[in-house]
Amino acid sequence: MNVPADLRYAKTHEWIRVEGDAVTVGITDHAQAELTDIVYAEPPKVGAEVKAGKTAAVVESVKAASDIYSPLTGMVTEVNAGLSGNPALLNTDPFGQGWIYKMKATDPTEIAALLTPEAYTVQIAQ
Amino acid sequence: MNNPSSLKHSPLESAHLTCGARMVEFGGWYMPVQYSGIMDEHKAVRSASGMFDISHMGEVTVEGGGAQAWLESLLTNRLGKLEVARGQYTLMLDENGGVIDDLIIYRTGEESYFLVINGACRDLDLEWMRSLLPADGSVLLKDLGNDYAAIALQGPDSEKVLRSLYPSCEIPKRNGIALLIPVGGGVPSLVARTGYTGEDGFELFVPVEAGIVLWERLLSAGVKPCGLGSRDTLRLEMGYPLNGSDLSRDRTPLEAGLDKFTGLDDPGKGDFSGRKALERQRADGLPSRLTPLKLKVPGPPLRSHYPVLSNGVVVGETCSGALSPSLGEGIAMAYLPPALHAPSTALEIEVRGRRYPATFTTLPFYQKTSL
Repeated sequence: MNVPADLRYAKTHEWIRVEGDAVTVGITDHAQAELTDIVYAEPPKVGAEVKAGKTAAVVESVKAASDIYSPLTGMVTEVNAGLSGNPALLNTDPFGQGWIYKMKATDPTEIAALLTPEAYTVQIAQ
Repeated sequence: MNNPSSLKHSPLESAHLTCGARMVEFGGWYMPVQYSGIMDEHKAVRSASGMFDISHMGEVTVEGGGAQAWLESLLTNRLGKLEVARGQYTLMLDENGGVIDDLIIYRTGEESYFLVINGACRDLDLEWMRSLLPADGSVLLKDLGNDYAAIALQGPDSEKVLRSLYPSCEIPKRNGIALLIPVGGGVPSLVARTGYTGEDGFELFVPVEAGIVLWERLLSAGVKPCGLGSRDTLRLEMGYPLNGSDLSRDRTPLEAGLDKFTGLDDPGKGDFSGRKALERQRADGLPSRLTPLKLKVPGPPLRSHYPVLSNGVVVGETCSGALSPSLGEGIAMAYLPPALHAPSTALEIEVRGRRYPATFTTLPFYQKTSL
């Protein structure tokens, strides 16, 4: 399983990429493999307030709908429009073109509470 | 999921694990939901061939001088017309006309029958059947559910595959049944030309100890292992009902649109369990009708228990739903007031609080010519 070293991870299998005060959110390679063929993605709305650990998006495989939890608290600034036409990007490029939304985090201390790549690697190996 | 140890296990389980199956609970059974992926498996069955473990389904034989008369009283479809070595889809109803199970019955001799019942209600079905057996011993019922392993080989290449594996086997016609080459064991191996996918195909019933060998032979012939996930999308594209989702004790076959599988309009069919209730319902008017629906816009995959609305009012809920892999559209079935079972009806289906426009459509959802 791919676990990029430059990201932080939530126990619920989301990742964040921090660039200044902009944070990109997606799901991990492990998550997409568990979910299998993703056929639908419902990102949050731009401007929506999201809370750490609360549902921010939904992705659906043929068989099941899965909640995606926001790793951080803040406001959604952009959503990945490419997912509506091609939700399979979540499977094929979960850390790249399959990103789900960007947000402005209001509490940077939450980042420190997320898992390091090493800790997440241990978690998914269990 | 419940602890797998509390579930019933297929004789093919080790083969599934070898094939990389994801296992889930289904109707009290520990069964594969998918291997390579539901979309991939679905497409294999529509374009080539796939195989499903259906060992969870039950096999029951009914024999004896009173077999036909008793089955006529137990099942909705008229049996008298069924020729030896042929099968038919039929239903078993309670006294209120509610569906206990839908099943396929094959006539294997003048007074011998082979019934294939649903996995999730095997015990209930048998209990019901035994409670109605005549006391005079003229009907002999045997539960062979634990003696058989069963595999459904489905897809346009099925006949080619079967011929390559069993060159001297009699290949039955649609809805027919024949003896498969003997593979040993205590029960006869059977091949029936039927299925639950809308494609040509066969259901193979072999003694449990021969199940894994058959699975491996099919695998080596290039048949793709398919799980319950694609079985569900394939059957729903055809509009085939699933007992427990689309059929239940709370609905009659008339509400489910299965009139032609009841003998109500056949003068040769006598009384059967549920008949009076069906006739009463026909006279009084149906309280609901199972209605095929399609989303008019791209939307999330439809699933069961989503509210269906007409003019902003909830009029029912979906009992089955999917994002059709063949059509790329949301499809569903719902029991709705009969007045809404009409082409012009504008409806909405609510998913997570959002309403998506939907429309009545006709079955099957998917036809080969629609591609």
